[in-house]
Amino acid sequence: MDIHEYQAKEILARFGVPIPRGGLAYNPEQASYRCTEIGGSAWVVKAQVHAGGRGAAGGVKVCHSDRAVQDVANSMFGRRLVTKQSGPGGKLIYRVYVEEATDIARELYFCIVLDRRIERVCIITSAEGGVEIEDLAATRPEALVRTTIEPAAGFLEFQAREIAFALGLEPAQLAEASRIFRGAYRAFRDLDATMLEINPLAVTSNGDIVALDAKMSFDDNALFRHLDISELRDRSQEDARESHAADRGLAYVGLDGDIGCMINGAGLAMATMDMIKLAGGEPANFLDIGGGASPERVLKAFRAVLQDTKVKAMLINIFAGINRCDWVAEGIVAAFKELDVEIPVVVRLAGTHVELGQQILRDSGLPIITAISLADAANKAVAVVGTVGASA
Amino acid sequence: MAILIDENTRVVVQGITGRIGRFHTEEMIDYGTSVVAGVTPGKGGDQVLDLPVFNTMKDAVAETGASTSIVFVPPPFAADSIMEAADAGIRFCVCITDGIPMQDMMRVKRYMRRYRAHARMTLTGPNCAGTVSPGRSLVGIMPGHIYLPGRVGLIGRSGTLGYEAASQMKALGIGVSTSVGIGGDPVNGSSFRDHLALFEADPDTDAVVMVGEIGGPQEAEGADYVRDHMTKPVIAYIAGLSAPKGRKMGHAGAIVSSIGESAQEKTEILAAAGITVAPNPSCIGETVARVLSEHPRS
Repeated sequence: MDIHEYQAKEILARFGVPIPRGGLAYNPEQASYRCTEIGGSAWVVKAQVHAGGRGAAGGVKVCHSDRAVQDVANSMFGRRLVTKQSGPGGKLIYRVYVEEATDIARELYFCIVLDRRIERVCIITSAEGGVEIEDLAATRPEALVRTTIEPAAGFLEFQAREIAFALGLEPAQLAEASRIFRGAYRAFRDLDATMLEINPLAVTSNGDIVALDAKMSFDDNALFRHLDISELRDRSQEDARESHAADRGLAYVGLDGDIGCMINGAGLAMATMDMIKLAGGEPANFLDIGGGASPERVLKAFRAVLQDTKVKAMLINIFAGINRCDWVAEGIVAAFKELDVEIPVVVRLAGTHVELGQQILRDSGLPIITAISLADAANKAVAVVGTVGASA
Repeated sequence: MAILIDENTRVVVQGITGRIGRFHTEEMIDYGTSVVAGVTPGKGGDQVLDLPVFNTMKDAVAETGASTSIVFVPPPFAADSIMEAADAGIRFCVCITDGIPMQDMMRVKRYMRRYRAHARMTLTGPNCAGTVSPGRSLVGIMPGHIYLPGRVGLIGRSGTLGYEAASQMKALGIGVSTSVGIGGDPVNGSSFRDHLALFEADPDTDAVVMVGEIGGPQEAEGADYVRDHMTKPVIAYIAGLSAPKGRKMGHAGAIVSSIGESAQEKTEILAAAGITVAPNPSCIGETVARVLSEHPRS
């Protein structure tokens, strides 16, 4: 789960990481009022969206009067910000964060992630902050400093010092830097984060160290013990199709194609989408309905797939293991009766009682196209979309 | 011989009194698995399906001599159950539970490092379908009938995609020595590499099929092992060619977050290591058949 910059900063501040003075605004008037509260003579207005690359997309603007802050905020509210990471649809701006402008001397990079290779938390830092880390990793990997945290010992003082020296900080800044690094690590650990990025971590002209931007993601599997983090979820930043499915306990990822997919099991779902692609089509979504594939889940999944108006055909691929194909087939027939299914549906069943399941689909009289293999299903779905496309 | 489990394997079910634990215990017994006990804290002394229930894993192991366990405990408590199994002297633990926090699994891995390699429990999962040595023992939630007993090892992350591979093989008369599910989580108990080594050493296995997916370094590590240490042919398929970068595809671990983690890159890495990669998921069986015919048993 992702959260907004201002939320990540509030968390970091709680763990002793300095952040610039700032305040949230839901409308332009609030934005200009924040300037008075914060004081000073220059402010930064930052669109709060769940996507990186805001600066380049016009989502971060420096202003020198409260009037300018109000105008900039006014131009941001209600807009969808399209960044390199947001997807083509962009993300809705309905709150902005107004922050005092910081006199930046140097920009550093600081990030905490899981290193899957060694199954340990890893801190990645660089003296060359402020740029996209992917670009830096690709062009100058030697500029990145990696520090591995031993789970038994935690993040040690000497490791924090090593990072501070590697970042070129002054001896006078050591204690403060160590406190900041270790505070950020505690936030990551205590709140079950999966990613914490401060970019840039700025050194001001006074020598202070502050988090100018902050990004945090959390482990969905650990939210049961972090109700306060769950409350930070912002549905306006999610794909509407995905929110709908997630609320119904379905694992769904919206994509750009036109063949809706309903499959049991994540691996088989990915494999089925691959097959569609190899057959010359494009999947509209990833959808794993889970091992059970009960009639209720089949119905929920139908609704989730059909919500996407781009969908021109549907491919259902169920490998019935513990459950049975006849039961799944009955679920599909029931879903047809319950919903207005106006698009062609290709169904491939495999596993327990497969003949019985196919018989039920044939006998239903419904316009269901049955397939006998993964390849057969993908070919039929792609062919039928071609026909729909031609007649439209 | 098979790997990990056979007809002599004695199994304890952790979380046997829950709905799912009980259901799959029945399925495993029907398959012929020697399930000897269950553990649910606080329910010691009860009977489930005529099996004794114990309060602790130590009690269960002491009373029954079980060497293997399967975990159906809910996510908030599952990591603790795995560590309890390790401490009770269990040698092989299958964790079915999906949704264990990543940091809990890091704690499990760290806890297991307390044991010397030869005394360390082998863990598969979490979020896996289990392990089966067809005709001998099934410790998991898979449908037993889709596996033909035979001489090809199978290692996979995904449950149903593994079923797909096994049933394509069965349709061509190709059987399985052992099928091992390693699960779809980012931090898991054991990897492709671990089980490739077991299959390489198993005299009853002639070839190995790896069914991988996007995300993480484990397929590539498996490829290194195949290139450097394996004499038996290896066939593979990697799911997720159409998965966009940075999106989690169902499994917590199925996310492309760094270089080398996409299906295209993994496929290239596997092929470069001498592994025969099935070009699509519908022809895994055919690819295995072709490779077996090119490597007749001596």
